[in-house]
Amino acid sequence: MHVQPQSWQNVELSLVPDALAGHDSPWILAARKTAFKRFSEHGFPTKREEEWKYTDVSLISKRGSLAPDNIPPDAPSEAKLLAWALSGEGMHLMVFVNGHFDSELSTIDDLPDGVQLSSLADMLDGDANLPESLFSQQHEHTIFAALNNAFVTDGAVLKIAPDTVLETPIYLFLIASGHGVAIYPHIIVMAGENSSATVIEHYMGTLDAHNFTNAITQINVGAGAKIEHCKLIQEGPAALHIAGVHAEQSKDSSFTSRSFVFSGRSVRNDITSSLNETGCLCTFDGLYLLDDKQHVDHHTRIDHIAPCCTSREYYRGILDGESRGVFNGKVIVHHGANQTDAHQTNHHLLLSKQAEIDTKPQLEIFADDVKCTHGATVGQLSDEGLFYLRSRGLDADTARSVLIYGFANDIINRINTPYLRQRIEHLLLDRLPQGDMVKELL
Amino acid sequence: MTTTQQLNELINREYQHGFYTQLEADTIPLGLNESTIRLISAKKNEPAFMLEWRLKAYQHWLTLSEPRWANLDWSPIDYQNAYYYSAPKSEKNGPRDLSEIDPELLRTYEKLGIPLKEQKMLAGVAVDAVFDSVSVATTFKQNLSTLGIIFCPFSEAVQKYPDLVKQYLGSVVPYTDNFFASLNAAVFSDGSFCYIPPGVHCPMELSTYFRINAKNTGQFERTLIIADKDAYVSYLEGCTAPMRDEHQLHAAVVELIALEGARIKYATVQNWYPGDKEGKGGIYNFVTKRGDCRGEKSHISWTQVETGSAITWKYPSVILRGNGSVGEFYSVALSNNHQQADTGTKMIHIGRDTKSTVLSKGISAGYGQNTYRGLIKVLSGAENARNYTQCDSLLLGEHCGAHTFPYIEVKNPSAKVEHEASTSRIGEEQLFYCTQRGISPENAVSMIVSGFCKAVFQELPMEFSVEAQKLLGVSLEGSTG
Repeated sequence: MHVQPQSWQNVELSLVPDALAGHDSPWILAARKTAFKRFSEHGFPTKREEEWKYTDVSLISKRGSLAPDNIPPDAPSEAKLLAWALSGEGMHLMVFVNGHFDSELSTIDDLPDGVQLSSLADMLDGDANLPESLFSQQHEHTIFAALNNAFVTDGAVLKIAPDTVLETPIYLFLIASGHGVAIYPHIIVMAGENSSATVIEHYMGTLDAHNFTNAITQINVGAGAKIEHCKLIQEGPAALHIAGVHAEQSKDSSFTSRSFVFSGRSVRNDITSSLNETGCLCTFDGLYLLDDKQHVDHHTRIDHIAPCCTSREYYRGILDGESRGVFNGKVIVHHGANQTDAHQTNHHLLLSKQAEIDTKPQLEIFADDVKCTHGATVGQLSDEGLFYLRSRGLDADTARSVLIYGFANDIINRINTPYLRQRIEHLLLDRLPQGDMVKELL
Repeated sequence: MTTTQQLNELINREYQHGFYTQLEADTIPLGLNESTIRLISAKKNEPAFMLEWRLKAYQHWLTLSEPRWANLDWSPIDYQNAYYYSAPKSEKNGPRDLSEIDPELLRTYEKLGIPLKEQKMLAGVAVDAVFDSVSVATTFKQNLSTLGIIFCPFSEAVQKYPDLVKQYLGSVVPYTDNFFASLNAAVFSDGSFCYIPPGVHCPMELSTYFRINAKNTGQFERTLIIADKDAYVSYLEGCTAPMRDEHQLHAAVVELIALEGARIKYATVQNWYPGDKEGKGGIYNFVTKRGDCRGEKSHISWTQVETGSAITWKYPSVILRGNGSVGEFYSVALSNNHQQADTGTKMIHIGRDTKSTVLSKGISAGYGQNTYRGLIKVLSGAENARNYTQCDSLLLGEHCGAHTFPYIEVKNPSAKVEHEASTSRIGEEQLFYCTQRGISPENAVSMIVSGFCKAVFQELPMEFSVEAQKLLGVSLEGSTG
């Protein structure tokens, strides 16, 4: 089905490895090898697969090697500066360099009672009680998850005890450094009953290097718990990023996923949530601002399995240059999931003649007592809006920027963490022509 | 509850058009191979180019496999276990008016409620009735021909107007298009051909009735409609089929060509046998319908009411090639019992200032699965393209499903594309409101469903609008149970 060069598989298999975390446990080694086998048997997805219709992963398959570096490199000075700046924000900060935890740059000492935050590599090496979902085929939503299971270097494992409210966000800062590296973080969040926390994943690439990040985040939201997950992608201009964020929700829980993509050559995010018990609320927000030849693909999926759950999804994309945006939002209402209330919108602004958007809001409904709607629009900045602003003395660039800002702001305004909101607002204004002017106007 | 009983009676009403006419049929041997195609072509006395085209299509078909991407599940079709040609014997005598037609046939039409005589006198509709592959009756031809309109069976057009056929056949749906279109191109038996000369406004609704009759005869209709510059035509296609246990395959192709300023309205009411309550039997309906707005400011509109068939696989599309051309798609698709429908449209915006409207209403009841699958594609040259899509689903019953797969691909920043979809069931409040005003639940449901579909029915010509309402009534009233 998928023809892959033989040599590629043999080389990689021999690499799956000995020096990665947990190499002393035979079972971990075996689990990594089986995961790699699953991946190589399936091979890279092709455009003939519906889920990958619009996203070409051949850039990844053409890479020399997929194996990660075994040894954590020194953090580049720029990353150090950023980390230091972040540590002053009063958040629980965990810094990863090329997928390896850097304890020196991190500040996770003052965690409140009931909160455990550890490096996954430490757990693998220490033979601690590992989360069940790790290495399990059942939790592989795409074939890239199998690759992550095979090569996972490190990551964060966050355990929150029942009734614990973590007020300060956990900030995971993942830096890519060097050329041609493959990075495999794996993040696990286990939120006990009625707990609450915000987790921010920030991916940063400083160089114009052909790095490849394959990340998986698994979130288990206990009954009545409230978890917010924000992901900001600021990869380098040539970087490839493929990731999955997968949540499982219990009774009356609330899960929010926010995805922001500002840079990276090719980004694919699979974001899913499974509403397993009644009374769940699930919110997916997304915003991407693309330029040049960027390609950003969001595949979201909300499974309404239990009755009386609500889901809300708001995605917006701004496409300039020769960029291409892909959005596929699935809402599946399973048999018996009555009283489901699902609403999804996605809006796109096309700013250039060469930009392209492929969107597919998809509803699959197997229950009758439901309220499901979705809406999708593609358009450009309204002439009336521009005219209004120009007639009030704004120059053409500023007028355009104000409208774009307004379009994006609907999503940005909903971010609860002030630091992240400001940062994203800043990133947006920085990219807009006459962004300073817009800032003054606000 | 008596009302529930009444409602159930209505849901469970058997297919009313189920009967089988004993007619001597002229059938060629079972199976499909090159000689079958040669035989079909020879029987129809076709010119060489047709045979050549059919054979090319057949060769191409052999390289293809059945498409399985749709949200449908059907048991495998044995293409070798079917008859590919069957013509009523009476055709040999060449009936020119109704008195020459086999009285058995006429009775069949009467049972269907489409007596030709009455229609001829009262409705003023020219009917080119296709009965098992070969057209046996054509009326009003004289009236149309004075205007220069050609409306005749496809096989006749091949004989009389080979140049027109050669020019347009396969130009919208090439024989390489897809599995079922290739099969159709190879073995199609007959269909309708229609040509409206420049500037002519066709004064009546043209209409065809397709019937599948002889056992195991897959029907492969091919319709070709050409509206020349500034011409107008409204075309109706209606379908009913007798009851049968084995699955029957129907793979039709419809090609519409609208030249500069022309307008084609194509309406379908499809009510083929959907299978029994357990999902046994029923027609497999794999249809390729496509219109090509070739000229500037041309206009093609598809309206469909799909209530029958066990499997519906149908995506009437419009290629908006001409600048300022307009494409429309209005659809009501109903799936009850074990029916499955995967239907929708494709609007391909190529020209400048092109506009398209898509309005799809899906109704699922029983164990029915209803899928809307649509593609809106705006190519980079399509400045100021505009699309509005609305697809709504109504769920009646807890075992049915409603799905939407709208693909939107936009490559031009001046395009405005809007998509809206909703899925809901008939609310308790709505029913309560009606019943407390003395409207029976059955009438209330019927009212709500008609309201739900109204926007589509409005697009149907009068004759069909009534029929469509009736069809929906049969299977839907009371499905809230």
